[in-house]
Amino acid sequence: MIEVVRPGPLTTVQDLGRPGLAALGVGRSGAADRRSAALANRLVGNLDGAAVLETTFGGLVLKFHQVARVVVTGAPCPIRRGARGEAMNAPFTVWPGDELTLGMPSSGLRTYVAVRGGIGVEEVLESRSTDLLAGLGPAALREGDELPIGTDECGPLPSVEVAPVPDPAGFDLTVRVMPGPRDDWFTPEALRTFASATYAVTSESNRVGVRLTGPALERAREGELLSEGMVPGAIQVPPSGLPLVFLADHPVTGGYPVIGVVLTDDLPVMAQARPGQSVSFRLVPAELPLAAAG
Amino acid sequence: MKIRRCGDQALLVEVADDEGISTVLGLYTALSDPRPDGVTELVPAARTLLVRFDRTVVGAGELAELLADIEPVSSQERRGELVEIPVHYDGADLAEVGKHTGLGPEGVVDMHTSAEYTVAFGGFAPGFGYLTGLNPKLHLPRRSVPRTHVPAGAVAIAGEFTGIYPRSSPGGWQLVGRTEVPLWDPARRPPALLRPGTRIRFREVR
Repeated sequence: MIEVVRPGPLTTVQDLGRPGLAALGVGRSGAADRRSAALANRLVGNLDGAAVLETTFGGLVLKFHQVARVVVTGAPCPIRRGARGEAMNAPFTVWPGDELTLGMPSSGLRTYVAVRGGIGVEEVLESRSTDLLAGLGPAALREGDELPIGTDECGPLPSVEVAPVPDPAGFDLTVRVMPGPRDDWFTPEALRTFASATYAVTSESNRVGVRLTGPALERAREGELLSEGMVPGAIQVPPSGLPLVFLADHPVTGGYPVIGVVLTDDLPVMAQARPGQSVSFRLVPAELPLAAAG
Repeated sequence: MKIRRCGDQALLVEVADDEGISTVLGLYTALSDPRPDGVTELVPAARTLLVRFDRTVVGAGELAELLADIEPVSSQERRGELVEIPVHYDGADLAEVGKHTGLGPEGVVDMHTSAEYTVAFGGFAPGFGYLTGLNPKLHLPRRSVPRTHVPAGAVAIAGEFTGIYPRSSPGGWQLVGRTEVPLWDPARRPPALLRPGTRIRFREVR
């Protein structure tokens, strides 16, 4: 069992989420930075679907009451096991009575802790993910919570000492965006601005989305869009003209036009963007132009 | 029908305004059981069907071609499961709706219970369905000031839709009644009583 001594600003349990239920109003949720969560699971020999802890801005303190194989990935932060320091992306063993403390990340926002066997909290709809928007899954961690270590099926322990992870993307982030599906709602000027301007991440960002401030994007038409299905990475533009990039807990449908969608491979960068950091968008054309069909 | 890109792992199928909700539901039904290879998620809405896919299984171009050839299942062929919902018609806005429509509270109840509805799509909250089939005489705008707390089970109308709040939440729809039928239970399979295509009748209980 793992005792939560301090949860930090926000720590949730996350796995791959709840795919396939959006028509019932249930979003996918799951780890915001899937690449870091997947790496964490691989480094302790878990299968991809094992639940990990996602902690925002450090400050997490855990006390282990049993021996465990543990790894920390994602936003790089100081790691202490008792008095001893541990390294990012390098699995280590935690002994009963050890306290594991994560400091404030030096860059990035979300740090992941995986334990061999997975975090064994109850599943809701076949997932242990906390969906903060829909209010599904376990609550965000609180002081005194006791987390069982799961008995998920594991693979062999990998023999790596430390996984090579590229340096964090730096302060000025650039993410690739495929235009549409509603780029035709915007003026040519707005599309040029979108592709060339620098936006700043605001502190109102969370697992639902990253709110940006910068030049407003002007619409080319009046009226309202009927609500339509949303995806992670969708960049919605509300009437303020300031874009919002959806992350893991995005609403299933939304009524503001989506000017473009962040490529899947660049979503982890978006999920690690911290308030104050700057983001610019590089437009990449859809790989296949689609004509009107039917 | 138009197919739009929605990032590298989704396509947005948009139907013409005059085809509307029924065509979306027909496409959703045609693609649901079974879903084509690589399709991970279908999200019907008022004029669009979002089709999310796994790019390691199917390509966008290949899927777009498949979607362009799909025939929507007609409403006669669909015939989803029929669910009867017992309703206490004592909603906070019933008198107002009766006055506004000129039907009176009893007239509103008669009209609301005499139609058969179909769940067109969801999205507002887990288990919530937008029900089509509302008599145009009952098409009313949302309340100008939304309520901060609408109780679970509230039966409500807004615009061309009627629906039931699966759990307490803020909401701007006009409340006409309430039901005790559980609409959402994560332990049940499927967890939602109302799913796209489900048909519904309301029955008055006193």
